[in-house]
Amino acid sequence: MLTVTGLCKTFPGVRALSDVDFTARAGEVHALVGENGAGKSTLIKVLTGVYRPDAGEMACDGSPVRFHTPLQAQQAGISTIYQEVNLVPLMSVARNLFLGREPRGRLGLIDFRRMHREADETLRGLGIRVDVRRPLRELGVGAQQMVALARAVAVDARVVVMDEPTSSLEPREVRTLFDVIRTLRERGIAVVYVSHRMDELYEICDAVTVLRDGRVVHTGRLAGLDRLRLVSLMLGREIGEVGREGRTKFSGSHAIADQPVLAAHDLTVRHRLSGVSLALRPGEVLGLGGLLGSGRSETAKAVAGALPVDSGRVVVAGTPVRTGSTPAAIRAGISLLPEDRKSEGIVPGLSVRENIALAALPSLTRFGLVDDARIDRIVDTFMKRLRIKAAGPHQKVGELSGGNQQKVLLARWLALQPKVLLLDEPTRGIDVGAKAEVQALVDELADEGLAVLLISSDPEELIEGSDRVLVLKDGAVVRELTGDAVTEDELMRAIAAVPSGGHDD
Amino acid sequence: MTDLSLTRAGVDRDRVLRLLQEYGVYAGVVVLLLFNFAFTAHFASAENFRTQAVQVAPVLIVALGMALAIGTEGVDLSVGSVMALATSLLSLYLGYGPWLAVVVAVVGGIVVGLANGALVAFVGVQPIVATLALMVGARGLALVLLPQLKDVRDPGLASLGSGDALGIPYLVLIAATLALLVAFVVRRTAFGRQLLAVGDSRPAARLAGLPVRRVLIVVYVCSGALAAIAGVLATARLTASDPTSLGSLMELSAITAVVVGGTPLSGGRVRIGGTVAGAVLIQLLTTTLIKHDLPPSWTQIAQAVVIVGAVYAARERGKR
Repeated sequence: MLTVTGLCKTFPGVRALSDVDFTARAGEVHALVGENGAGKSTLIKVLTGVYRPDAGEMACDGSPVRFHTPLQAQQAGISTIYQEVNLVPLMSVARNLFLGREPRGRLGLIDFRRMHREADETLRGLGIRVDVRRPLRELGVGAQQMVALARAVAVDARVVVMDEPTSSLEPREVRTLFDVIRTLRERGIAVVYVSHRMDELYEICDAVTVLRDGRVVHTGRLAGLDRLRLVSLMLGREIGEVGREGRTKFSGSHAIADQPVLAAHDLTVRHRLSGVSLALRPGEVLGLGGLLGSGRSETAKAVAGALPVDSGRVVVAGTPVRTGSTPAAIRAGISLLPEDRKSEGIVPGLSVRENIALAALPSLTRFGLVDDARIDRIVDTFMKRLRIKAAGPHQKVGELSGGNQQKVLLARWLALQPKVLLLDEPTRGIDVGAKAEVQALVDELADEGLAVLLISSDPEELIEGSDRVLVLKDGAVVRELTGDAVTEDELMRAIAAVPSGGHDD
Repeated sequence: MTDLSLTRAGVDRDRVLRLLQEYGVYAGVVVLLLFNFAFTAHFASAENFRTQAVQVAPVLIVALGMALAIGTEGVDLSVGSVMALATSLLSLYLGYGPWLAVVVAVVGGIVVGLANGALVAFVGVQPIVATLALMVGARGLALVLLPQLKDVRDPGLASLGSGDALGIPYLVLIAATLALLVAFVVRRTAFGRQLLAVGDSRPAARLAGLPVRRVLIVVYVCSGALAAIAGVLATARLTASDPTSLGSLMELSAITAVVVGGTPLSGGRVRIGGTVAGAVLIQLLTTTLIKHDLPPSWTQIAQAVVIVGAVYAARERGKR
């Protein structure tokens, strides 16, 4: 269906793609995997006409094509579904579906009746049931993505490129998405599927292409490829090495002190948290489990003073901390690595160096003047220790890869020498290599006596990383997993066993 | 950069635009200077340079404060009215001696800045609205305090306005000192770093535990104080207090200088050197057109062209 051969693309100083061959066949879901910086995004952008290749051929249905703009690619039948949905939130589902090609009645006015009927049929055909008259923004992110997909199909796309479509979906929404993808496959559409999640790849994909450092290192059927081999291809390491280290980088157990360093009592925020209590001891990694919207991030934010609470207390090392004040929490030794790295974490326009020094600045100044020598020492230490890959301390953080941005943020907090570290999805959207490094670091920090709160929607990471897990549901703690009960099975059971019902599918 | 074979047409264009963004304003100043040396009679005289510098000084001082406000993704529209308030206070308190009068005038600017900052930081009003309110309010207060033009006869102030040291007018010395001071604060102090972080990503700055509100208030206080100083200096030069017209449209001149100097309106970056050059560029542009007997309307059109050019260069940078 869509074939590229010998593709090369160079950016100033970086060879992003060299001699890449890639084929998306009709009726096949093709996984495109690789670490961040392997060239996945560049390849997608070339396929969809955002970038122009320096060399190489592209052919659609056997005839050579060249896209100069994304519009040309779309007209050739290539649609892209991005992580962030590119639709108009205030318009109705049907309008979004037919945007730019609305069915016209007499007088050239939009024939709403026909539009609603056809929209309903299209969505039903894909197994999606929503009211097409409702504004799009009232739908969940998952449903919005389905609408984007439906739109792609409706405009006669023959190739659909999906860039990490499940990163913000709940498990149930993922199921629906996969059903839609299967429908697309049956209709003979070629799907290019980019994801970091191993389980999903094996569930939905037929073929796989592995990119590393801008080259294709493997391409073929996915069924014959075992997971370990796939990971080793992506990482460029030997199987024995990966196998010995396990799939996550956590060691599992730490020497835990008796007295808690952090205690939170009855944290309550209207509609979001009801009476969450937790205690965290030095050297312990406490996991927070639960579904999306169960109050995990809210708990972390409430403890860190970033979310004002209606009632509840936070105590660090025996001293009460004023709630609702980030500076107070930071002074008490609580650091929060926020979930939304891009908008709440990094300051993209500032350099790596200034981002690392940002929170610790007051202690790095003399009479209000910045002590450059000390900052340089700290920045240098952390860039080495966390292996931050940047052109230098003066590169802008916005230009780094996700994994390195996350490391810069970790360095920012570690420079404060906190007592409690709250990590909200520390490995979301970062590549396998950086993920392993971050996981190893969390272990190391706990070994050094730091109290760590870990939030992760990856059950494997949560279970292997934590000594103990609190399971949240609807803003309240429903179960605590300790000792031998810290397993994925128990976690699932705890989430599913909630008496409120409705989740028994 | 070393590998020339990589340099393609597209890359080249990006680089030219980036260079234009970084150094365009300085190039503009140089071009205008060269043009004037070649084609304008009596341009290359010490007296002319003196006049130009004295004229640009108040705009420059106001633009310094404006650059700080814009660096936090805000703006301060009240600066012109603060100048008017300063001149009113100055002439009102001149009886108690020039020094005290100057102090009172600057305190007036600080109070307006505090009000701006409190509205922005605590009440959460958008900067453009908050400072618009103070722009109207401060001008009104200035007119209540001093309803009409009044001569300012004070030897101290007169020498401040027209005296010089080593041939350099006091006004210019003060403006240069303030520019260096603000540049130093932005580059070298913790406050400067925090200001940039607040402007670049406020949620991130808040979660990093920065004193976001304090930073915002200090920024608007600085802007108010600098505008008041500019008002005092302008009064000293004119030897008259005119709260009706002093500083009117000054906020626009200041924003122009900042934007032309390459400070993006989206915050997170403050270019003091560029702001100085921006103010000088606009001043030279005006002079050039006037000296060649073109009507003032041409000056406005030329300014518009320069602004659009600067914004275009900034936009290209932002898109990449």
